[in-house]
Amino acid sequence: MHELSIVANLFEILEEKAKEQKAKKIVMVKLQVGALSGVVPEFLETAFNIYKKDTLADKARLEIKKIPLRVQCQKCRTEMVKDDFVFICSKCGAKELKTLSGTELLLEKIELEV
Amino acid sequence: MEKKEVLVLEELLGSNKKIASEIRKKLKEKGIMTINLLSSPGAGKTTLLERIAEELGPECKMAVIEGDIETERDSERIRAKGIPAWQIITGGACHLEAKMVAKVFSEIPADLDFLFIENVGNLVCPASYDLGENIRCVILSIPEGDDKPKKYPKAFTTSDCLIINKADLLPLLPFNKENAKKEALEINPKLKIFVTSALKGSGVRELIDYFLSSLHKLRQENA
Repeated sequence: MHELSIVANLFEILEEKAKEQKAKKIVMVKLQVGALSGVVPEFLETAFNIYKKDTLADKARLEIKKIPLRVQCQKCRTEMVKDDFVFICSKCGAKELKTLSGTELLLEKIELEV
Repeated sequence: MEKKEVLVLEELLGSNKKIASEIRKKLKEKGIMTINLLSSPGAGKTTLLERIAEELGPECKMAVIEGDIETERDSERIRAKGIPAWQIITGGACHLEAKMVAKVFSEIPADLDFLFIENVGNLVCPASYDLGENIRCVILSIPEGDDKPKKYPKAFTTSDCLIINKADLLPLLPFNKENAKKEALEINPKLKIFVTSALKGSGVRELIDYFLSSLHKLRQENA
């Protein structure tokens, strides 16, 4: 349950961006959360809704884009999604897989009222 | 009222990553090998550190940072072995963050060989936080069961080393050691695996030799 501490970091970035843009309100926050990010999107949402009270984002909508773990085999070059997190190529059995995406924990974009 | 969309693309744990990189850089300059120990509560992290203190203490200079939600108990156990220890009490937080380590950093002696960081007992949250370590070790103890690597993938995919601890209980419990190794290597083929009994001492020397050769490599890079 470190989602609350991650949301606290999110709000530090949100405050900074709102100030930069001289925003009156934050209406939408979009995150990218990878399958191997180590966080639970549902808990992030709960933490976000608790944290947003009395901030510029008090009415903000949270959108979470879930990113699957995508890897590329360094032997046969096949790209594949690994829902089971097994780092073995499904095609040739090689263990040299490069992670392409799925570890993200990103603030992608925000929508503001200025 | 005008609406405006702003592309940010900033990492939520970016500030932790930045502090961790600064810690790693400073430790590397000093030639200190730093090891972050992760496990569920009761897997034997402190007992393993006590055993390492006994074996490594006489030949190398080591110190320990202890992370716990409450109490100084773990650092007292380490100090009783003649090893300096700093207790970070997180007051409820389920993991250590780089900024907490940075706070005690100024007190760490510059002439250390090894700095061990014992994370808060938790196989989930600590995995997301880089503390500036060189080696991350995940400890899985026999009573927890051999099916844990795939249930807690982040802890195993982000680690360099797996320590299967409490090996003295293998004859008593239905833990399939080969299955645990196989599962762990499937999700992280680069894992180095050690089987230890911190209580009885078996396997600890092999683990220490791995830490010593990693220290040697780090100092060679510096030279």
